[in-house]
Amino acid sequence: MDHIRNFSIIAHIDHGKSTLADRLIQATGLVEDRDFRDQILDTMDIERERGITIKSQAVTLPYVDKKGRSFELNLIDTPGHVDFSYEVSRALASCEGVLLLVDAAQGVEAQTVANAYAAMEHDLEIIPVINKIDLPSADIERVKEEIEIDLGLDSDQAILCSAKEGIGIEDVLEAIVKEIPPPSGATDGPLQALIFDAHYDPFRGTIVSCRLFAGTVRAGDRIRLMHNRAVYKVEEVGLFRLNREPKKDLSAGEVGYIISGIKTVSDVRIGDTITLDNDPAPVPLPGFKEVKPVVFASIYPVASDDYRSLADSLEKYKLNDAALVFQKDSSAALGLGFRCGFLGLLHLEIVQERIEREYDQSIIMTSPTVQYRFVLSNGEEVTVDNPVYYPDPTAIVKGMEPYIRASIMIPERYMGAVMDLCLERRGVNAQFNYPTPGRIEIRFDMPLADVIYDFYDSLKTVTQGYGSFDYELLDYRESDLVKLDILLNGERVDALSQIVFRESARPRALHACEKLKEEIPRHMFKIAVQGAIGGMVIARSTISPFRKDVTAKCYGGDITRKRKLLEKQKKGKKRMKMVGSVAIPQSAFVAVLKTDKDS
Amino acid sequence: MSPGLYVHVPFCRSKCPYCAFYSVPSAAPVPIWFEGIQKEVLLYKGRFDRFDSLYLGGGTPTFLDNRTLSGLVDHLFTHFDFAADTEFTIEANPCDLSGEKVRLLKDLGCNRINLGVQSFNEDTLSFLGRGHTGEEAREALTRLRSVGFNNVGVDLIYGLPGQVLEEWLETLRCALSFQPEHISCYELTLEKGTAFGTLREKGNIRPMNEEDGRSSFLAASQLLGGAGYIHYEVSNYARTEAHCSRHNCKYWEHVPYLGLGPSAHSFDGKDRWWNVRSIRRYAGLLNTGLPPVEGRETLTEEQMRLESLALGFRTRQGVDLRFIAPDAQFMAALSRMEEAGLVNILDGRVIPTEEGFLVADQLPLYFS
Repeated sequence: MDHIRNFSIIAHIDHGKSTLADRLIQATGLVEDRDFRDQILDTMDIERERGITIKSQAVTLPYVDKKGRSFELNLIDTPGHVDFSYEVSRALASCEGVLLLVDAAQGVEAQTVANAYAAMEHDLEIIPVINKIDLPSADIERVKEEIEIDLGLDSDQAILCSAKEGIGIEDVLEAIVKEIPPPSGATDGPLQALIFDAHYDPFRGTIVSCRLFAGTVRAGDRIRLMHNRAVYKVEEVGLFRLNREPKKDLSAGEVGYIISGIKTVSDVRIGDTITLDNDPAPVPLPGFKEVKPVVFASIYPVASDDYRSLADSLEKYKLNDAALVFQKDSSAALGLGFRCGFLGLLHLEIVQERIEREYDQSIIMTSPTVQYRFVLSNGEEVTVDNPVYYPDPTAIVKGMEPYIRASIMIPERYMGAVMDLCLERRGVNAQFNYPTPGRIEIRFDMPLADVIYDFYDSLKTVTQGYGSFDYELLDYRESDLVKLDILLNGERVDALSQIVFRESARPRALHACEKLKEEIPRHMFKIAVQGAIGGMVIARSTISPFRKDVTAKCYGGDITRKRKLLEKQKKGKKRMKMVGSVAIPQSAFVAVLKTDKDS
Repeated sequence: MSPGLYVHVPFCRSKCPYCAFYSVPSAAPVPIWFEGIQKEVLLYKGRFDRFDSLYLGGGTPTFLDNRTLSGLVDHLFTHFDFAADTEFTIEANPCDLSGEKVRLLKDLGCNRINLGVQSFNEDTLSFLGRGHTGEEAREALTRLRSVGFNNVGVDLIYGLPGQVLEEWLETLRCALSFQPEHISCYELTLEKGTAFGTLREKGNIRPMNEEDGRSSFLAASQLLGGAGYIHYEVSNYARTEAHCSRHNCKYWEHVPYLGLGPSAHSFDGKDRWWNVRSIRRYAGLLNTGLPPVEGRETLTEEQMRLESLALGFRTRQGVDLRFIAPDAQFMAALSRMEEAGLVNILDGRVIPTEEGFLVADQLPLYFS
């Protein structure tokens, strides 16, 4: 086991995790240079398009150190965005150490701090790595100071590198071998394998990614999933080397995969322990903290016939994204669907996109909301995460909404703009820290609802990308909450309703009416868009009908072309939802929640 | 119904900046084209039922020299079977209609002339790059009448950038003074691949705005309707039922047609195919005994239905209600259209109104 090292790279978003992973993969010769492509571990199209990591990805690197000893380095690349911190924490549970990457120009950011603390909680060896030292704006001394002061780490240990230029990569590899302890655990004891990820493969069924803490597992073994005692026969075990590489067995300390013909997708739970049926471990491993979704929205199939297929897709999808929670839901406008909980708005967007792409589902997603609480006149307290269940307003004694503590790190010059933004979002209790000269950490208590409403994008805009942001949930606070309904041609679209702070209702209603006017294509008829509280209309807009839309000529050569256009339009329309006589494109449901700044 | 025969004559004196049809501004390749046509005729000999319409279009068929034109007609009538009352249309350019040419057309058996007048306004004509004046168009019309053509159609274009309604009405009135049997009113389309299309991409020319386009369309329909014309297709008017273009109606009703010549389209009731858009390749393929076909498709039932909707909502024939019923959602959309005055339902057919014609591209979307 001495030859194994399990480690993650953690960092603030955009500090260069995936680039460093690329260099380590190249330096260890896992891929031929001609087969190499940037961001090689980001295998999903959506990751490559957005240039971000969404999924943790495991890969085993063969490495021979300067003394000629051979090692197996298990690297788990992790996402940087705050919405995916759950992915990070699961990766950390499978490691003995981390590379904490810090951008030499930007220094320690909110996510650097959060991730470093997470690593400390798991009692991991932390190797600070200062990246991007080739940048003209790199300020290594200042960053070292931040590492000492903000993180309490020994900055003399920090390795200097430029993943982009390939500088210092050898030092990083040597440090991994030298500083990070090898895994411990007996290879001959009862099997304890922690499931930290899984995905569904149409050919092989469920593929489980796990870290073995004790024992050995090989093909032919009968394994037991400890939480529900389901038993399966192992078909194949192996390591991740960009592609799956089968192996005779996996033993304590190793990170790899198990394929075992698991048919019931819901049997697999991330955080569960796998053991052997004939020699079970007495207790499961601690597993992971239960995820707490903070943003809620419903997903409906565009065509109601596709409900079954959507249900199946969500089950399979959840294997690969344990942070998603969902349950059945129904809407007057949209029919049968699912109420889902997400870790944040980006998580929500990613789920929507992956369900559509990877499972070929056409879905409608409703406006995201947080979980509200209402105390009613009969003394009862109800929790509402769906505007449909907003209680009878006359019975509400008080409403409460969740608050967060936001931690924002910015260069000093953006302080005014960020203060304005936070106050506009109902921020209170401002506190200021000055970790290093020229930089400020602002802390605010803010309603979560105002944070999910495009706060992160607005922050990026007002700070020209220099602001970083992290948050933790605080408590529930009293708030004057109303339900804002949207009506199209007088018909209420329940899926567009929102619960909002009373004073924000009118601007939000106006915004929604304007956005819907942009998003809903013209129809043959005039469409009245209204925002209303109860019976009172507080905002309106009108979508004017087509006055003229006709091609002048349609003879022999034009007919095929015309039909092809119609077929294309028909496809586009399939992705719209009919509410009464109005076709609403998917984009409209989320657009009402976005401001103009981020488009 | 009997099939129709179309021959594409891809030659013009010069390219008009708005025209997207395939043609070359030269008579030099006429011989190789004509050789090709003669071979293509033999390829399809006996494969279509007796035709009852023949349409020589282009391009500019009257740009052909008299010998080729006679030879063409001769060849067609030798090898294909035509009904006795065949509607035989030739598209003509006023520039070409000398007294001699008009008499030749008459002698060839042509019984319908479609004249590319486009406008009687000199500024408009020069903007459209036409090589003739309004006066020449008037003379051509008079000459056609004088040799006894009693089925004459006039093509007009409206919706030019900046065109005022009154100018368009003047052109219409002038056309009406000749009491043509048929009038086509085409809104100017700035199509990709044309000179105007390029200007549009560069932002140097813009299509007429929606409201002005509407007014021009409705003004034409009102004026011509008042003069007794039947608005039988979005852009087409006929003086009487019998003067509706028999040939063009085949396109809109899924009646088979054979198209000969480069870029021509054909339909046999199930398959549609289209010829290559190049005289050289057209002649080349025929020289090696191959059909000069560029592409082909077999229409599925759903595709036929979609086309029937798209085409039907453009004509006074409308759409067979069977294509819409019994789907409940379609029927709901239909009744909303009826309420909005876009269609009328009559004897099992859905007939578009003038307002319906104006949004004919939208209507099929509600039933698919």
